[in-house]
Amino acid sequence: MSSLLRLATAGSVDDGKSTLVGRLLYDTKSVLADQLDAVTRASVDRGLSTPDLSLLVDGLRSEREQGITIDVAYRYFATPRRSFVLADTPGHVQYTRNTVTGASTAQLAVLLVDARKGVVEQTRRHAAVLALLGVPRLVLAVNKIDLVDYDEAVFAVIANEFATHATSLGYAEGDVLSIPVSALQGDNVAVKSERTPWYAGPTLLEHLEEVPVAPDPHDAAFRFPVQYVIRPRTAEYPDYRGYAGQIAAGSVRPGDEVVVLPHGLRSRVAAIDTADGRLAEAGSGTSVTLLLEDDLDISRGDLIAIADRAPRVTDELTAALCWLSNKPLAAGARVLVKHGARTVQALVDEIGSRFDEQTLTTVDSPETLALNDIGTVSLRLAEELPVDDYADSPRTGAFLVIDPKDGDTLAAGLIGERFA
Amino acid sequence: MTTLEPATDAAQDNLAALESEAIHIFREVAGEFDRPVILFSGGKDSTLLLHLAIKAFWPAPVPFPLLHVDTGHNFDEVIAFRDEVVRKHGLRLIVAHVQDWIDDGRLAERPDGTRNPLQTQPLLDTIAEHRFDAVFGGGRRDEERARAKERIFSLRNAFGQWEPRRQRPELWNLYNGRHRPGEQVRVFPLSNWTEADVWHYINREGVELPSIYFAHQRKVYERDGMLLTEGPWGGPRPGEDVRELSVRYRTVGDGSCTGAIESTASTVDEVIAEVLASRLTERGATRADDRLSEAAMEDRKREGYF
Repeated sequence: MSSLLRLATAGSVDDGKSTLVGRLLYDTKSVLADQLDAVTRASVDRGLSTPDLSLLVDGLRSEREQGITIDVAYRYFATPRRSFVLADTPGHVQYTRNTVTGASTAQLAVLLVDARKGVVEQTRRHAAVLALLGVPRLVLAVNKIDLVDYDEAVFAVIANEFATHATSLGYAEGDVLSIPVSALQGDNVAVKSERTPWYAGPTLLEHLEEVPVAPDPHDAAFRFPVQYVIRPRTAEYPDYRGYAGQIAAGSVRPGDEVVVLPHGLRSRVAAIDTADGRLAEAGSGTSVTLLLEDDLDISRGDLIAIADRAPRVTDELTAALCWLSNKPLAAGARVLVKHGARTVQALVDEIGSRFDEQTLTTVDSPETLALNDIGTVSLRLAEELPVDDYADSPRTGAFLVIDPKDGDTLAAGLIGERFA
Repeated sequence: MTTLEPATDAAQDNLAALESEAIHIFREVAGEFDRPVILFSGGKDSTLLLHLAIKAFWPAPVPFPLLHVDTGHNFDEVIAFRDEVVRKHGLRLIVAHVQDWIDDGRLAERPDGTRNPLQTQPLLDTIAEHRFDAVFGGGRRDEERARAKERIFSLRNAFGQWEPRRQRPELWNLYNGRHRPGEQVRVFPLSNWTEADVWHYINREGVELPSIYFAHQRKVYERDGMLLTEGPWGGPRPGEDVRELSVRYRTVGDGSCTGAIESTASTVDEVIAEVLASRLTERGATRADDRLSEAAMEDRKREGYF
């Protein structure tokens, strides 16, 4: 079992996400006395009789003023069984981009709905975003179950509707779980509720502790974006030339035949260096320095890949974009694409389709993509890039779309024809 | 702030992942920026930051200078440690003395005597003078609620200000370092570390720290529930009794607002055990500047602080 679970929350506004996260921190004893004192004081100032747990997490002045969460925040908590990094994301429509931010690295997402309202547009939108990003598992927390008198029938309707929706997005039945909770009262968050005797499943925390984390596929092909060339030119290391980076997929051993892209030069791995010594093998996620047998001209932005399963090299991309900016996208736009350690100029040839998260259908050839839209585009690149499909290799199938004028991040890009 | 557990095999995997992530961030900045600098005070987080930078570029030297904004209210042991680290690794240290800004009238001493809030202007002026475009800080998201909202690459405008509503989304491990002339990016490689991770990693790597992190005898007086020590920042005031106690520091900052805690923990293992049992966060226990208002940290970040 993995020691660390990265998870994200999502849901529409006022469904109680901050209270749920505050409850998780509180019930796992991750809140220390001075933090609780501060929250208790602030709650009394607001005329409340019990501590408002959402104040534990809503850290910004305007968030507390408005009682809403504005920006994604990262929380850390642990139980004896597992450590958790939680990306707590806001529910407001104008902040859906933060759901994308939180979910891009998540292994599981907790979607909240208000038991009185059930599955709403924002729930469908978020589930679609999570599916697109390939978040492996979903939990639907049906919150405020106390406000519908712990009614089993209400829960069953919502759970069924969500399961159908998730299945239509490509989730298997075993990857989705619905749990009736009351974040305010603590029902089924860390402690099993006696008020939902009809619910036989785990509490939210039990599920988070037990859920298997999908391991990196063992057979993934080796991918290594070169971040930085290490050339000490010191008396001790006069001729050292190492290629530093973080392994994006697969693993590597000395002797492996590799190809350097986009040029296509071939060599073998001579050694895998770290400050702590040489390694016999290194796997995905590890930051290392590779030494090659041949003296090649390699620089930041190149990709070192296993020679017999190299990615394709192309100057044309078809990709899904999650549009994260207030500035809409139209065909003909000039943008920057950051892929791995390389940033290239690109031209948006065509917007092929826009995904309608409400009807789960696509609209062909829309005029623009606006904030929170997901669409398929064709891009023409000024230089060739070595790329994989996002579905095969997320780290080498993902890119950022950047505005060349002001440097803003405009979109998350996922290579492939997922929604085409 | 998570509950501290003894470092298991699983926790060691977690530390390895955090180390890899921090090294990746250092190399991204080296690859994308022209003039980065590491903020270095000699405290445990910045010492850890430097340790990770050294590992990121080994066997080449760290390709950035260090910058210390010196309030003049320092612990002697920390300044001695700072200078020794710089000498040992052959680094370049730039010091911005807050006193210089007070002397020529750009800053005024505060009535309460604390100089911590006075660091912002010297920091921004020094960044501008050296045209630094990326500034590494040791901030962690677990420290404080406003910090929990901070990105790893945090774009600041020409005034060094943080605008939480206008932060860029941060996706996968693709960091966007684009900025316009005059803007800078603050970079936080320790974002995902907790206080527990920091101490476990210090233990694993044998990182040396200033001696005041460990128990020692010190003359202290109590003010606002904190144990302050004598120094150029003033104190004790009449009625504040000086006692000699066995103490150590959980954080190291400006002496006017950094309190000691009573402790007999003299080794890293003992410190870990003590932090594990504590019912207070490190800032809650020993930092007066965060108590000024409900949003003290956020307000300082908006002004250009870290």
